Amino acid sequence: MMQNVRPAHLVLEDGAVFAGSAVGAGGVAAGEACFTTAMAGYEEAATDPSYVAQVLAFSYPLVGNYGVDRTRLESERVQAEGIVMRRARPAWAQWLASQGVVALEDVDTRALVRRIRDGGVLRCALGEAPVEELYARALAEPPIDGRPLDRVVGARQPYRLGAGHRITVVDLGTKRSIPRRLAECGLEVVVVPGSWDAEAVLETDPRAVLVSNGPGDPAVLDGPIETVRELLGQVPLFGICLGHQLLGLALGLETFKLPFGHRGANHPVRELRSGRVLVTVQNHGFAVADSGEVEVTHVSLNDGTVEGFAGDGFATVQFHPEAAPGPLDALPFFDLIASTCRSEPIFALS
Amino acid sequence: MPKRTDLRSVLIVGSGPIRIGQACEFDYAGAQACRVLRREGFRVVLVNSNPATIMTDPEWADATYLEPLDTETVAEVIERERPDALLPTLGGQTALNVAVELGDAGVLDQFGVELIGADVDAIRRAEDRLAFRAALDEAGVPVPESCIVSSPDELDGLQAPAVVRPAFTLGGTGGGLAHDRAELEALVRRGLHASPIGQVLVERSLEGWEEHELEVMTDAAGNCVVVCSIENLDPMGVHTGDSWTVAPQQTLPDAEYQRLRGAAFACARAVGVATGGANVQFAYEPETRELLAIEMNPRVSRSSALASKATGFPIAKLAALLAVGYTLDELPNDITGKTTAAFEPALDYVVVKAPRFDFAKFGVSDARLGTEMRAVGESLGLGRTFAEAFLKALQGREQAPRELDLSRRGEPVPERWDLLLEAARRGLDLPGVHPYFADELRAIAEAEATLGTSAHVQAAKRFGLPDKTIASVLGVDEEEVRRRRGPPGRLAVDSCAAEFEAKTPYFYLSYEDGDPTPKRSRPAIVILGAGPNRIGQGIEFDYCCSRASMAFRRLGYESVLVNSNPETVSTDYDTSDRLYLEPLTLERVLDVCELEQPAGVVVQLGGQTPLSLAPGVAAAGFALLGDPLSAIERAEDRGRFGALLDELGVRAPAWGTADGADEARAVAQRVGYPVLVRPHHVLGGRGMFVARGPEELELSEPALVDAFLEGALELDIDVLCDGESAWVCGILEHVEPAGVHSGDSACVMPAPSVTPALEAQIGELASAIAAGLGARGLLNLQLALHEGELYVLEANPRASRTVPFVSKATGLPLVDHACRLLLGAGLGELDLPARAVPTRAWAKEAVFPEERFANAADRGPEMRSTGEVMASGATVSVAYARALRAAGRARRGGSIGQALQARA
Repeated sequence: MMQNVRPAHLVLEDGAVFAGSAVGAGGVAAGEACFTTAMAGYEEAATDPSYVAQVLAFSYPLVGNYGVDRTRLESERVQAEGIVMRRARPAWAQWLASQGVVALEDVDTRALVRRIRDGGVLRCALGEAPVEELYARALAEPPIDGRPLDRVVGARQPYRLGAGHRITVVDLGTKRSIPRRLAECGLEVVVVPGSWDAEAVLETDPRAVLVSNGPGDPAVLDGPIETVRELLGQVPLFGICLGHQLLGLALGLETFKLPFGHRGANHPVRELRSGRVLVTVQNHGFAVADSGEVEVTHVSLNDGTVEGFAGDGFATVQFHPEAAPGPLDALPFFDLIASTCRSEPIFALS
Repeated sequence: MPKRTDLRSVLIVGSGPIRIGQACEFDYAGAQACRVLRREGFRVVLVNSNPATIMTDPEWADATYLEPLDTETVAEVIERERPDALLPTLGGQTALNVAVELGDAGVLDQFGVELIGADVDAIRRAEDRLAFRAALDEAGVPVPESCIVSSPDELDGLQAPAVVRPAFTLGGTGGGLAHDRAELEALVRRGLHASPIGQVLVERSLEGWEEHELEVMTDAAGNCVVVCSIENLDPMGVHTGDSWTVAPQQTLPDAEYQRLRGAAFACARAVGVATGGANVQFAYEPETRELLAIEMNPRVSRSSALASKATGFPIAKLAALLAVGYTLDELPNDITGKTTAAFEPALDYVVVKAPRFDFAKFGVSDARLGTEMRAVGESLGLGRTFAEAFLKALQGREQAPRELDLSRRGEPVPERWDLLLEAARRGLDLPGVHPYFADELRAIAEAEATLGTSAHVQAAKRFGLPDKTIASVLGVDEEEVRRRRGPPGRLAVDSCAAEFEAKTPYFYLSYEDGDPTPKRSRPAIVILGAGPNRIGQGIEFDYCCSRASMAFRRLGYESVLVNSNPETVSTDYDTSDRLYLEPLTLERVLDVCELEQPAGVVVQLGGQTPLSLAPGVAAAGFALLGDPLSAIERAEDRGRFGALLDELGVRAPAWGTADGADEARAVAQRVGYPVLVRPHHVLGGRGMFVARGPEELELSEPALVDAFLEGALELDIDVLCDGESAWVCGILEHVEPAGVHSGDSACVMPAPSVTPALEAQIGELASAIAAGLGARGLLNLQLALHEGELYVLEANPRASRTVPFVSKATGLPLVDHACRLLLGAGLGELDLPARAVPTRAWAKEAVFPEERFANAADRGPEMRSTGEVMASGATVSVAYARALRAAGRARRGGSIGQALQARA
């Protein structure tokens, strides 16, 4: 356990220093420090494109217990800028290294979680570099809010999977599980780049459109917001996570940054129409503010924030019905999409 | 849905005496339920026959019946109390069975009592294998292929290996794994006998598969959450109660875990769990990914106690509230105070449970584990690494095997994980262990080896090695390790991985930056618990510790509990101001004391475990309340105690020490046969025995040899003392003659053989001994009445096994009084009556694991009972008869009068 230890640090913008050992690639990584409380599903989490520009800490202390299986990845690569753990299993650590990911173990992740919980989201840097250098690097990292991300995730070329009525997914960084779940519902799924405008999206001739999850501050995504605004009323629209936020913005609602986000596999959400509680998977740093103008369908039981809304021709959820990793309580959201696609188009397509 | 307003009173049925497979987890569950239902304004009626429980103390229910848990008696209680509802899900299988029988007998209908928390059909579906299989088939949850057998003639065509599971029994009683045809026939015969409905299931053997459990909660609105996943370290074939387990599950990829979760909910719905907790067990084959549901309990179980302690999620309390109409989202999560109970706990630590076995007590030398539970207790370890949790659990068992036969490490032997750890140290293969756990064992071995070269103590602590190991690796003493390592951090068990601030004071220790220091306003008193249940140290001591914790709170102190036993009331975070779930080792106890800086440490209430730590705690400079060390030394050192008795002019059996058989025979010659022989440091190995002649006196180690007072009548005396004088709380007369361990003997109160003159003599004797020892608090005396003379057998200046019984029989809160005495009060300040008078005639009877061990009920000098029952009556005879009935025991030889005469 103590052979070839590579001393390393995680430094937060508030000056807090966490010691650890480097187990991934060399070099320095930086981003906004965030944590997930999910106790399993590390492969899915690390490769979730929503983690772009973020450094992901696992609050569960043992990570990598069951190895790495490429079929469980949610995108083609690790998307988090860096990974912070209490204890990483060697095979997993080696895989992270092979992916060029800066990763630390032996970090007091509980103390880190407390810090983020109490102080809000913090920029950070990690690696084997001197602490001063890491600190400077953390301060140099631009905050996520209010800026477009440097790295574009999501499909560059359209692709399709499944067979049946067609749904088009506007890919702003979708997890693989979303199109997969749609295909499993008996739909043909066309995934198109998030940069496509409404006209291009409609040219795929979908029965419905789903706006995917993805990283970053939704409020700065002018292009996708415009696309969604134009699509509204022309085709049934669904949104997951970032897609939910973009629909909100397109409807004239506002988004705001949560103190430290919702990330985990145990978030209770009340489905207002049925009164039932769903245990949901969440990974979001921003939320849509309730203005009273749109019917809120889902509410977080933890902090009362909006977790979903619906209206004429649209329905969205802030959480991840595809789970991966986490409970499948919200899976029926895909059935709703599928039944919408199977029913006659509500909107006449010009 | 809010609380139901149509119910005003609720009957709670307890689980009766502690048995293997049904231990004090149901005191914990029932006590929580009583508390919360009363707080909600319900009138709570309780029936339980177990005197050692906290829940049967008068404060817990509006009406408490210490009565046999049979249909007839509970029906009488129902007729008298007319409760609106019966909550049967918190008293184990015993309570469920009583509920079903009451339903069948028409009692529930007759008196309009609604079964809440579970209905009769659901209970049947969960227990009746055929119905279970049918329900799960319909829900699409696969179960192992099986067939029902209700007669040995139906075995044609059945193949071995197969598992035999009798219907409606506790902890797999009467079941087992048959490897061949002959074993199958034998097991089926035994199982049919064990099953109250004469039905067994012969099931496909899944030996070697992985075993997983989920603890789920459901409410009337259909919400379902998983409180905790538990992975067994031992494969299928070893009862989950006998298996080492870890929570949360470690080795299933998330998607596979979600399959289990979905199947568990489907199972709970298919069986028809109305509301509350349920436990679902699965077998999983990782190669084929085959997943089969094995069993479910539609009630709070041993696993739910473990899950509650592992996560901080109070399953029993919530189960009670859900049963009266609330839904999960209406109930607060008391740990965060902000969020609701409709969530799934997120852990940021690992929890390992180690079972404790007492095979040697039953003369089993070649013990093997199977589908029938044999463990008598368990210890829980919490840590930030698997190693830390595993090693804490290992130490918490307080049971290191004497010799390790590494060749048996692949077999289901009780010491298997000791063997595997040692095998890892020696670089041997680890057969039958999941690669993940095998790697973790090897990592422990590697960490020990690395420590040997690096001497990096801090790194070893962070990895999870105990001080004792570090000390032995480095060849220094533990104190030196403590100096080098610095203090651990105090981390909250908060159910949310620190995402929200924790409000409840439930902690474990690890080598991380501690959570913010809890606010303190009053001086703290640390109470050391009793650790895992074992034969001879059971729930009675947890009763004393829990009761003391509540007493010290009332007396203006903050009470702090340390214990590793997940089954107990003492490890309920509501019982103390601060709870540390830690093994009772000097290392962790001193860590707690250093954090707490207590005004005093209480060591007299948790049996032998805390007493053995007392010198170390005192040496570290912490004050022991009641200053017990000198009294203990005076009582335990036979020479000094003998001298004290001589000085007081009190008789004691003649005795001597012997280094082997020859010396023992010499002593016996001197004191006269028969003799009672007690090997030194009796550690579950060979115990005490009576030798009636030299030929029976075989001995290979040092021992004490006492003259044995054949046919004597034994008395157990519990005494309160203040260092100068004593007050007798109760005189219990043993039904069995001398030679039967006091813990195994039936007792009655008032003592029929004790005349007022004798009582006065005992009072004087107690005061003299208490003063001579300088004892404070509780003192237990074992006396013998032989040929008209009183003999002192033993004095134990600590809480005894009979304290809860005497408290209940007299209605006096003995532990509360003892706490005041420990704080320095004199007997005169306690407002005690002139003499203790039992409220009625009371009797207690021991309960033995006869269904597990052939010779378990042979009463002798070695204790073998797991628990006890208590009952009352107008006369001692009636009370004793009722106690026998409560113990489920046919009357032995007629009335107590005969029993007492037979002895004389």
